[in-house]
Amino acid sequence: MSSSTSWVTSRNPDANNIFAIAGVVVKEMYRRKDFYVLLVLIVLITLMLGSVSFFDDDRIVRYLKDACLLLIWLSSLVIAITTAARQIPAERESRTIYPLLAKPVGRGEFVAGKFLGCWVACGIALVGFYFFFGIMSASREHTLPFLVYFQAIWLHWMCLGIVVALVLLGSVVFAAPSSNATICFIVVLGIMFAGGHLNTLALQMRGFRGEVVYALYYAIPHLEWYDLRDFIIHNWGGSGLRLVTHNIDWLVWVGASIYAALYTGMLLGCTWLVFQRRTMTL
Amino acid sequence: MNNVVEIHDLRVEYRSREFGQRSKLAVDGLNLQVHSGEVFGFLGPNGAGKTTTMNVLLGFVNATSGSASIFGVDVREPIARQRIGYLPELTYYYKFLNAQELLRFYARIFRIPRAERDQRIDTVLKLVELDGARRRLIKTYSKGMQQRVGLAQALINNPDLLILDEPTSGLDPVGRMKVREIIQRLKEQGKTVFFSSHELGEVETVCDRVAILHEGKLKVEGRVSDLLQQYQCNLENVFLNIVGYKPQS
Repeated sequence: MSSSTSWVTSRNPDANNIFAIAGVVVKEMYRRKDFYVLLVLIVLITLMLGSVSFFDDDRIVRYLKDACLLLIWLSSLVIAITTAARQIPAERESRTIYPLLAKPVGRGEFVAGKFLGCWVACGIALVGFYFFFGIMSASREHTLPFLVYFQAIWLHWMCLGIVVALVLLGSVVFAAPSSNATICFIVVLGIMFAGGHLNTLALQMRGFRGEVVYALYYAIPHLEWYDLRDFIIHNWGGSGLRLVTHNIDWLVWVGASIYAALYTGMLLGCTWLVFQRRTMTL
Repeated sequence: MNNVVEIHDLRVEYRSREFGQRSKLAVDGLNLQVHSGEVFGFLGPNGAGKTTTMNVLLGFVNATSGSASIFGVDVREPIARQRIGYLPELTYYYKFLNAQELLRFYARIFRIPRAERDQRIDTVLKLVELDGARRRLIKTYSKGMQQRVGLAQALINNPDLLILDEPTSGLDPVGRMKVREIIQRLKEQGKTVFFSSHELGEVETVCDRVAILHEGKLKVEGRVSDLLQQYQCNLENVFLNIVGYKPQS
């Protein structure tokens, strides 16, 4: 027996392979210069919030904050969807998946690694976005509710976890990454804008159609719950550069995090089931 | 004699996605054993089922029926691939990484300890003569260099079994000679090499045993020397004879 066997004691699915694959995803993102989008956005935020002095009206800060946060949300969704949509198809197209899966890597580990890489990259981008947004906003308003910012970033990130998992599932179902990205973008925006109103709509409908809409309301992941823009725009949670306790209820925050983790896990499980059945021929 | 690879009654059928199309039988009842420490040539014309068999061994394709194992472990288990190195016919590696990063990534997957990892990377990069280009991005490599980085990744875990799919395909004569030398060196180290090739002269030189596949079925299996003696000709003519090729005069 050669020395190679001494490296391994067990081959249960473990975090090592997942972290290794995730590391390559993040490396690819900065080598492909995807993070330049982040820099451009940071410059835009800085310019927008800096223009408050030009208007000479402090009330306009809230409108500008609203615009900046919308920009951050849209950009984060674009980064999450485009990055996740190309992961598995690009591996298959460039055939890098073959030498990788010829190693002791399970397909579940492969999917989990891709998810983690995309999610971590989204997290890095979010921290960058919110850091510059927070600094510029605080310099204009002289207030920074830290806990609200923390909760907003965290829930935004959890929301992107669901989005990334959804797009990964789409990437093993749909043939073309572009069609997957388009469909997922429409679905995500649809849920964010209309998802919360489906129950009201169901109440107005009668019979079977109403039940279908109700079922849809309970089946979809409610991404709109993770949007805390209003808390930041109106500085709900206190004023002054100090830690405040009037943020959203921590139980709600934990509940929303668990809800997102469950949906993410379920979507990744489905991705693994579909991907496991895929035959890969060279 | 220890069997490194064991294939029993392997049958692989590809189902057609188009309505009304018949499924294609790629491998039909294949039985094969590869012994420890031998260089085994897996031959056959295009479409014979060689790559499909390799795909089953590597876990890319599930067998319709039958079984395959590597070191006694079912090939469907990822652990079966812990002690193997695989070199695909063409090189497909992350072009945004350099050779060192690529090897570090694969070494991490094999859970090679950090201290040993760098030493192993040095060894394989020297072996394939890429030591001087280790920090250059793979996208800047020539085809020969990419093939060599492929060989380096196949050797990173000091594998006991190497699966090489047409390892000299597309290489210049010098590159071919180098690959051949590496195979010989691995054989001397007691490694098992399972490789497919259309270069029958090369197979005749380096292989201990060969198997010839045709239309998914195993036509012949045996020692190269025995086949040459039996057919009284070189391996190329043995091959042509077995696949039923008749020259047009």
